[in-house]
Amino acid sequence: MIGGWLQSLGHSGLCFFVRLGRSALFMGRVAAGLPSLLPLPRLLVRELHSVGVLSMAIIVLSGLSVGMVLGLQMYNTLVDFGTEESLGPVVALSLVRELGPVLTALLFAGRAGSALTAEIGLMKATDQLSVMEMMAVDPLKRVVAPRFLAGFLSLPLLAAIFSAVGILGSYFVGVGLLGVDDGAFWSQMQSKVDLQEDVINGVIKSVVFGWVCSWIAVFEGYDAVPTTEGVSRATTRTVVHSAFAVLGLDFVLTALMFGD
Amino acid sequence: MNRERTIEVSVGIFVAAGLAALFMLAMKVSNLSALGERGGYTLTARFENVGGLKVRSPVRIGGVRVGHVTAIDYDMQNYEAIVTLVVDRRYDRLPEDTSASIYTAGLLGEQFIGLEPGGSESFLGDGGEIVQTQSALVLENLIGHFLYSKAAEGS
Repeated sequence: MIGGWLQSLGHSGLCFFVRLGRSALFMGRVAAGLPSLLPLPRLLVRELHSVGVLSMAIIVLSGLSVGMVLGLQMYNTLVDFGTEESLGPVVALSLVRELGPVLTALLFAGRAGSALTAEIGLMKATDQLSVMEMMAVDPLKRVVAPRFLAGFLSLPLLAAIFSAVGILGSYFVGVGLLGVDDGAFWSQMQSKVDLQEDVINGVIKSVVFGWVCSWIAVFEGYDAVPTTEGVSRATTRTVVHSAFAVLGLDFVLTALMFGD
Repeated sequence: MNRERTIEVSVGIFVAAGLAALFMLAMKVSNLSALGERGGYTLTARFENVGGLKVRSPVRIGGVRVGHVTAIDYDMQNYEAIVTLVVDRRYDRLPEDTSASIYTAGLLGEQFIGLEPGGSESFLGDGGEIVQTQSALVLENLIGHFLYSKAAEGS
């Protein structure tokens, strides 16, 4: 009884390390394929469209609603202490440092990462990748690399848009509806938010999340069991693993950047 | 071709929007436009007690933010805290007998350095030292004094 349990534990442990190793090797091969994209900007532009442009709507809407809700809730608490002018820094810091990169990465995994996995997985299931190999076209360079690079480039831009739209949303609620002073809102924000400490670190976070989410998405697709069920499982794994990776990495990055 | 063009245009708009958002975060949200390290000169001031003053705390003259604290050290020779502050180049005509005090914004707010210009004819330059200083008001000490004096009255 115990022996069987131990055996399955060891098996799943080995499986985990096998997948980790395979994904690291895969990442290396994708990175090696990136330079071959230079003469083919068309491929990248098409992927940027499906990964980045089509994610704009959900990012802008979520950013707006998060910013407006933050503004409303923070105002209700801050007004008790007569410090409703610090609405600006509170909203800006929480968006730029944490919520912008993290929520964008989670939405990105759901909106774009799952689509990338399903697309590559279905290409594999319908033998399109094998056909490419037979025609001496490397699918890693032709299919995977542009998708990876598009995700990697899109996420920081989407995160910046999320934060900016969120701040505008809280400005609209705080200054427009609740009557916080316009000048105090911006000037307090500017005096508390540091370019290097907060904005750049937030961008670094979103770059890391972009790399991890795109990596997981293309790897799961490329590694999927080439059946209907296998592709659906791979898509689910993309979203779940991306969420775990983003939340775990966010803690580590926050401790590294703002820990002292 | 037409569809290809639409895709290219929309990607262009997307990248431009992302860069514009980054630009807004840098210029409008953070302190880049207010004060940089570039156009400032440093002053030092010695305090007995800096209270809750921190690096990046504001420096104000008459309530106007003119600079910030860049370093806080402790001098083991004289047993005093040394505060280094950067003041924007625009405010380079501070008289030599300017005094510095540590104030608290509101009862529980952040602490900042307030400068009061004196009447001297010569001005503080880069690396100058503010001689007249007044330490931070430590609320706990005040309350302690108040309680002791009350107790002394009662007995």
